[in-house]
Amino acid sequence: MEYWFTEEHSDNVRFSIRTNKQLASVETEIQRVDVFDTPEFGKILVMDGNVTMTEKDEFIYHDMIVHVPMAVNPNIKRVLVIGAGDGGTIRELCRYPMIESIDMVEIDEAVVDICKEHFKTTSYALNDPRVKIYFEDGLRFVRSNKKVYDLVLVDSTDPIGPSEGLFSREFYGNCFNALKDDGILVNQHESPYYDFNVKAIQKSIKRLREKFPIVKMYQAHIPTFSSGYWLFGFASKKYDPVKDLNEEAFNRLGLKTKYYNTDLHKGSFALPNYVKELLDYDIK
Amino acid sequence: MNDLKKDQSRAPIAEAMETHAYKRTVAFDVPGHKQGKGNPMLRDFLGDKCLRYDVNSRKDLDNLCHPSGVILEAEELAAEAFHAGHAFFMLNGTTSAVQTMVLSVARANEKIILPRNVHRSVIYALILTGAIPVYVNPDVHPKYGIPLGMKLSNVEKAILENPDAKAIFVNNPTYYGICSNLKGIVDLAHKHGMQVCVDEAHGTHFYFKSGLPISAMDAGADMAAVSMHKTGGSLTQSSILLIKDKKRLGEIRQFINLTQTTSGSYLLLSSLDITRKFLALQGEQVFEQVLRLTKYAREEISSIEGYYAFDEDMVNHDSVFALDPTKLTIHTRGIGLAGTEIYDILRDEYDIQVELGDLGNILAIIGIGDSKAQIERLISALQDIKDSYETDDKSMIPFDYINPVVKVSPQTAYYSKMSPVLITEALNKISGESIMVYPPGIPIIAPGEEITQVAIDYILYAKEVGSFLTGIEDTNIEYINVLEV
Repeated sequence: MEYWFTEEHSDNVRFSIRTNKQLASVETEIQRVDVFDTPEFGKILVMDGNVTMTEKDEFIYHDMIVHVPMAVNPNIKRVLVIGAGDGGTIRELCRYPMIESIDMVEIDEAVVDICKEHFKTTSYALNDPRVKIYFEDGLRFVRSNKKVYDLVLVDSTDPIGPSEGLFSREFYGNCFNALKDDGILVNQHESPYYDFNVKAIQKSIKRLREKFPIVKMYQAHIPTFSSGYWLFGFASKKYDPVKDLNEEAFNRLGLKTKYYNTDLHKGSFALPNYVKELLDYDIK
Repeated sequence: MNDLKKDQSRAPIAEAMETHAYKRTVAFDVPGHKQGKGNPMLRDFLGDKCLRYDVNSRKDLDNLCHPSGVILEAEELAAEAFHAGHAFFMLNGTTSAVQTMVLSVARANEKIILPRNVHRSVIYALILTGAIPVYVNPDVHPKYGIPLGMKLSNVEKAILENPDAKAIFVNNPTYYGICSNLKGIVDLAHKHGMQVCVDEAHGTHFYFKSGLPISAMDAGADMAAVSMHKTGGSLTQSSILLIKDKKRLGEIRQFINLTQTTSGSYLLLSSLDITRKFLALQGEQVFEQVLRLTKYAREEISSIEGYYAFDEDMVNHDSVFALDPTKLTIHTRGIGLAGTEIYDILRDEYDIQVELGDLGNILAIIGIGDSKAQIERLISALQDIKDSYETDDKSMIPFDYINPVVKVSPQTAYYSKMSPVLITEALNKISGESIMVYPPGIPIIAPGEEITQVAIDYILYAKEVGSFLTGIEDTNIEYINVLEV
């Protein structure tokens, strides 16, 4: 007997992972969450039918969302993380001794409960004393804070669904206000490969550029995400992610990473021409 | 909340359409697309099921002009749900329901009492019937610049001055969710032998949720027009006309058939039928959720300095007798922006569409399809707009009510020969047009009315202070068309 989990990457493309067994299936107030045990990727976390994280390749995503901004400004002390219920992003942040506080805002408490049970390699970090978890809408949380954070990380699901508001101008505007004068915002930005995503990415970047003086995109290879190719957005009031990269400070920390290094940091901002074209088209 | 005896889980029209579809009858009748087969482009666009259900009146599906089968049955179910004697399914919008009310209560040269800011559909109905309007001043809120409800004392004055009037027409709730003392008005009118017609376009939900302001039927009104498609959830253009006295069914049906289509759309009919079923069964819960959302939005928005979301504290037990709590009206002058500006910014910069913006306010309709996440977007956008666009101009243009002097009926004015004259030279002439002033969206002058010195002065004043004037052919507001004598 064979059991396969299938996600539709487009109307015409399916991505299937063989599963050993289903470990959890929960209908929360916000979304449906499933956990499968798989021979190839270990345990996988699935939200509303989309693979959100796997034990095998989560290091790529979490390295890239955290170490890129941290290597640009090694003085980051106060961090706001939106989403991140699995704990992976928090785990990487907690490796920096200079970080004093991490506010994590997750809309769905059930996600944290499920991850604490099934994904201990990421969720253990949620117990770090510097971490404070708020269960509410990120859009709401960010509204009430002015100039308090050095870094905002948006570790959310897709823009279609519960995270829709995290790709909007009102969210970016309120994030801008929540950041200090040298603040940085990094968000996951979907795959630019399939046409149906392109419009959403263009709109989201247009909104980001209306608020932040510096907006650059970078990329990573994530095997289990749609098309295997993923973009992140780097928006800042002051720092250029490549020119202001502080290689020395980062390397002095001696963090052992599996995907990220400072050479790759620079390279990840070098985008393929088709992506450059779609990013520049009608957005500058 | 209702004392229901019929089985509200039935939807006779929709059920008949389903049964009909199973029969796979060979169709040699209209519509010509023949279940979509004849128009594949349209079928692909709207969907196969939609076109299969776009059928013609047939024996088993009844006939809208003279219902005796499933349409009548569905109307009777709706009547029960709306606490009415009968409920007519209207397919030409609430406009046609309003027109039917006016046509049925006042003939040529008979008087009808109405608030000065009635919907244009009422004025059009007056043109059709030849009735004479008697206007009542709707109070205007001094700070927020919106028209309110009719004061009971003003209605009483109009009744005493016009004891021969046939009916009173009430806007309840208004677009902004303001309610008049409907029960008081109904009792007063009935005491003087006048009928009460209610434009209840924005009040469908009053019938399905306890604790909301009183509905027209519960207040004892004779007729009411409810836009099922506005807050109820049926398809755009589908509406319901309610009458209190079932004995008048045949008489009112004749007035409806004067203007209603003879090719009633079964898509619209079934949407009314199913929506009534949905609201009768689940209205209490779904509107409870709407109330939770609007309450939350109101509190969050009012806590942002500079915004005020209309709330219970506006109620004055007269011109604001009650407030529909599902309406979210936000006064925006406190951040130095007009509602119209915020309306545009929300749409262009934030991809958020609200229902309307006037000079002082925006109105967001929160309904059965909204979620907390979407409310958060609106609140956050308003916060960001304040942070990005706030100005110091927090003034509001004042408004004075101009008493109209009706000389000839709107019908006579409409069919008269007209010629343009300078507004400044139009004293004592009879207007052929109406001039509306925003805020608050009340006419200064309307067709058939004498152009008084007060009106001329006010138009010039409104132009000077930057009010938005509209309604007449000359967009520079210099010439006005007057009746030739």
